Amino acid sequence: MKNTMNFSDEHIAYLKKLKRKKIIIFTARWVILAVILGLWELLTFYNVMDPFITSSPSRVIRTIGSLYESGELFTHVGITLGETLAGFFIAVVAGYSIAVILWSSETVRAVIEPYIVVLNSLPKIALGPLIIIWIGTDCTAIIFMTVIVAIILCIMNMLAGFLAVDPTKLTLMKAMGANRRMMLKKLVIPASMPSFMNTLKVAVGLAWIGSIMGEYIVSRAGLGYLIVYGGQIFKLDLVMTATFILCVLAGCMYGVVALIEKIVVKQF
Amino acid sequence: MLEFKNVSYSYHTKSGETAAVAGLSFRIERGRFVSVIGPSGCGKSTILSLAAGLLKPSSGEIIKGDGEFGYMLQRDALFEWRTVEQNIFLPLEIKKRNTAEMRARAVELAKKYGLGDFLKKSPSQLSGGMRQRAALIRTLAAGPEILLLDEPFSALDYQTRLEVCDDVQSIIKSEKKTALLVTHDISEAIALSDKVVVLSPRPSHVVAEHTLNFGSSPKSRRNDSRFAETFEVLRKELGI
Repeated sequence: MKNTMNFSDEHIAYLKKLKRKKIIIFTARWVILAVILGLWELLTFYNVMDPFITSSPSRVIRTIGSLYESGELFTHVGITLGETLAGFFIAVVAGYSIAVILWSSETVRAVIEPYIVVLNSLPKIALGPLIIIWIGTDCTAIIFMTVIVAIILCIMNMLAGFLAVDPTKLTLMKAMGANRRMMLKKLVIPASMPSFMNTLKVAVGLAWIGSIMGEYIVSRAGLGYLIVYGGQIFKLDLVMTATFILCVLAGCMYGVVALIEKIVVKQF
Repeated sequence: MLEFKNVSYSYHTKSGETAAVAGLSFRIERGRFVSVIGPSGCGKSTILSLAAGLLKPSSGEIIKGDGEFGYMLQRDALFEWRTVEQNIFLPLEIKKRNTAEMRARAVELAKKYGLGDFLKKSPSQLSGGMRQRAALIRTLAAGPEILLLDEPFSALDYQTRLEVCDDVQSIIKSEKKTALLVTHDISEAIALSDKVVVLSPRPSHVVAEHTLNFGSSPKSRRNDSRFAETFEVLRKELGI
């Protein structure tokens, strides 16, 4: 605070304005959430909306409580989270490696390109029956689904990042006598770090799509299973609860990646 | 020493063949600062790539003396994720000469030319002029004999440009390096060089060579009356 002593009045006013704006944004975010939840609860409480169809915040909390008591909560959350994380890591690692291979040879890139384009446009859910028959009905199938949903984008994003490296810097490396390997290690990988972080963020969303889609097709447990099961027996409380937990988990995972990005990108 | 003997080079694209250089001959003696000027798009950068061995001539011969080449480009191309010091060590790492001795030499060089306080800083904290100076020290770190300068000042604003090009020239001279500068800027070429080689439009060959020996520094040369005369001569030869 002692710094303010050296600032002009104008600058102090400016800082105050910045701070006020930050507070307004923060407050507005929570107010919107509170209004939505409050309205939802009130409208269902006075039966304007049928809680049987729309559920309600209090019912969601009660459902979480009963899932917790029966010990099912952590089983379902754990299974879905495990599948999503496994699929996410496999997709990112494999996608990155494939992008490196594609970067290193223009010919390979040209050969593979149409396959990537088609796989990217293909709705992965179309592969559902095949996955069940080929891989089975356990969580491997769901992880596989997660991987194929996320990997194509990981490949395309990383490759774009690698190819966007400043050609002047590549020329410089070449003039110094660097081989492809050195260029990759000393230039392309560090220079594409911001792209990598972006890829991670997008992959988080895709991994959740993949795992829940996988659970829709084939599963005996998990949040996606709860949603499908809740829908079939018309227990919308269960559907809303699972959706709510998904929102929280996806938000947290994104938050972790964003935090890592903040730490890593500082150096780039 | 570097000599181009009747060198030709053509680019091949799908739509055809472009002769960039045709029958180019000139010679640089050791320790000399030579500028090559020519109309834009006349294949100046190609000449540097040929000298550095990044391109092979279609015909003709390039004779090189002992010693390595160091390349300096239009933009400084400093790596933002490395400190200035780590940037300067980059050629040592690539040429597998990353010994304590070589590193100490590079740091010594940086200190000698006023980068001592910036070694641990990120390139983004340096001014445009200082960045170009860091790029020069990086080029010098591996101990090259011949420096190839590809319009290294063209991305700087005018004031910084005058300052930096005098700066770079004096560092190169005091390190006793040979330099080949390509530029489209006539006054830059006159101010810096021992010899100016004038090229024709593409496919380029040598139109004229001028040995300049007035003035002891770029500054004194700019103030000399012969500066304007030389400028006129070169301007006519370039056909502007």
